[in-house]
Amino acid sequence: MSHTRTPVVTGWFAGEGDDFRLLGTRCAACTSVFFPREDTFCRNPGCDGGALKEVPLSRRGRIWSYTDNRYRPPAPYASDPDVEWQPYTLIAVELAAERIVVLGQGVPGVTVDDLAVGMEVEAVPGVLNEDAKATWTTWHWRPTGVTA
Amino acid sequence: MALAADGGDGMTGEVAVLGAGMHPWGKWGRGFVEYGVAAARAALADAGIGWRDVGSVVGADTVRGGYPGYVAGATFARALGWQGARVASVYAACASGAQAIGTARAQILAGLADVVLVVGADSAPKGFFRPADGERPDDPDWLRFRVLGATNPAYFGLYARRRMAVHGDTLEDFAQVKVKNAALGALNPNARYRKRVTAEEVAESAVVADPLRLLDICATSDGGAALVLSSMDFARRHGAADPVRIRAVSTVTPRYPSTVLDLPDIATDSAVSVEPPAHTFRASVALAAYEEAGIGPEDLSLAEVYDLSTALELQWYEDLGLCGEGEAAKLLREGATGPGGRIPVNTSGGLASFGEAVPAQAIAQVCELTWQLRGQAGERQVPGARVGITANQGLFGHGSSVIAVR
Ligand SMILES: [Zn+2]
Repeated sequence: MSHTRTPVVTGWFAGEGDDFRLLGTRCAACTSVFFPREDTFCRNPGCDGGALKEVPLSRRGRIWSYTDNRYRPPAPYASDPDVEWQPYTLIAVELAAERIVVLGQGVPGVTVDDLAVGMEVEAVPGVLNEDAKATWTTWHWRPTGVTA
Repeated sequence: MALAADGGDGMTGEVAVLGAGMHPWGKWGRGFVEYGVAAARAALADAGIGWRDVGSVVGADTVRGGYPGYVAGATFARALGWQGARVASVYAACASGAQAIGTARAQILAGLADVVLVVGADSAPKGFFRPADGERPDDPDWLRFRVLGATNPAYFGLYARRRMAVHGDTLEDFAQVKVKNAALGALNPNARYRKRVTAEEVAESAVVADPLRLLDICATSDGGAALVLSSMDFARRHGAADPVRIRAVSTVTPRYPSTVLDLPDIATDSAVSVEPPAHTFRASVALAAYEEAGIGPEDLSLAEVYDLSTALELQWYEDLGLCGEGEAAKLLREGATGPGGRIPVNTSGGLASFGEAVPAQAIAQVCELTWQLRGQAGERQVPGARVGITANQGLFGHGSSVIAVR
């Protein structure tokens, strides 16, 4: 069994620990930011198009809204049907500098009772699932303990 | 009211609704073609039109019936018996039915067909809607399941929590939407759920996606709906002197940057380089319909809105301009959107009572308007209904709003 750490999607995030960042792209012509990254065209209808360069997104943002999955999501979400389902949170986070809302899973152990709209969270590396091929990595949102 | 039939040609741009029909919603376990054909036959009978007199068939596609579902127009035409009609099939997620109506209207107004049959039907899977199989990292719908496990109810939960935080909506408000719609659905022979529901029953149902419970979220259903549309000239020749008329079909797309997280997206557009538009996507769908029809929310007798969740019904009140932003729960509590209220919403019972049969649902909304505007809605009837609106939103930037008058 290989345990190579492999991002669940290539190029959406990078770094470890405090250096972890979500990665988007920015249009050189109009400064629009895209996440998930756009690498071939700028989606601003008022832009003739410019080079799209990779940019790290703000590490911290504030909760726009949140929910949880009380039931096992269908495939392609990976989960072992023989293991009792453990709900996890989904958090939509507003990044002020980029004026964008990005959805992600909350870190394991956090429940909806720990969350509030407006609360500060930060992007941290996380593990989505492990299988025979790899340990699939992702981003998680973790409360910083700072409340609006 | 400025909307009385003028006895002449009517407003340019109007088409007549000659017939409406449905196959009842449920979990019947049969193929979508059967539901669509039953609905089509019911609509033709209601219109008093023979199948051979239909010049064009527009089918709203289902992605769950294999190839026949992707070419729904032809599938229904073949099942009814090939008779040479022009055919089209459209797919626009939850707005497929409205786009089918829009396509039919365009053909009629362009003079390509006098009578068009619009049909949508679905045979729904068990449990959550899920993406198509295979490893497809270029598909946002596949990605949201693979990377986040973000089901449709998870998005509904996000919207509901946001309303609670920003507008002060409560779980009790959400429950009261279900109570209202279940009571109306109990009166509708085409609804799947025909039992009244109490607020306590909503509160006791299992949480699916916090803060929403099972009874806050619409199910997925089998069902079929159909309309027979015609030119105003044909309607008059056919003896329909005062038919229900479709005055607007809005199918506009969002404007960049769209700053409300929409299914199946993982993020919104960034508003860093371009200021967001004045109206959200949902509101802009309704505004385009009002503009096309030359009316405003104050002219409405009733509205059929896409209550994928109880909280989303409240959101539509604001997006349709039935009240100001943040005032939807107040409007509900006052009884304005219930039977006998100023602007009854989801007199059919809504998705809460039907469950979603995707390509049929936006057509079913117009069926309800038709019966209401004709005064044929039985115990659900809104007295003296003259103007109705539908509103709907689906994945991938699709939305629709249809305005019908009589
Ligand atoms: Zn650009």
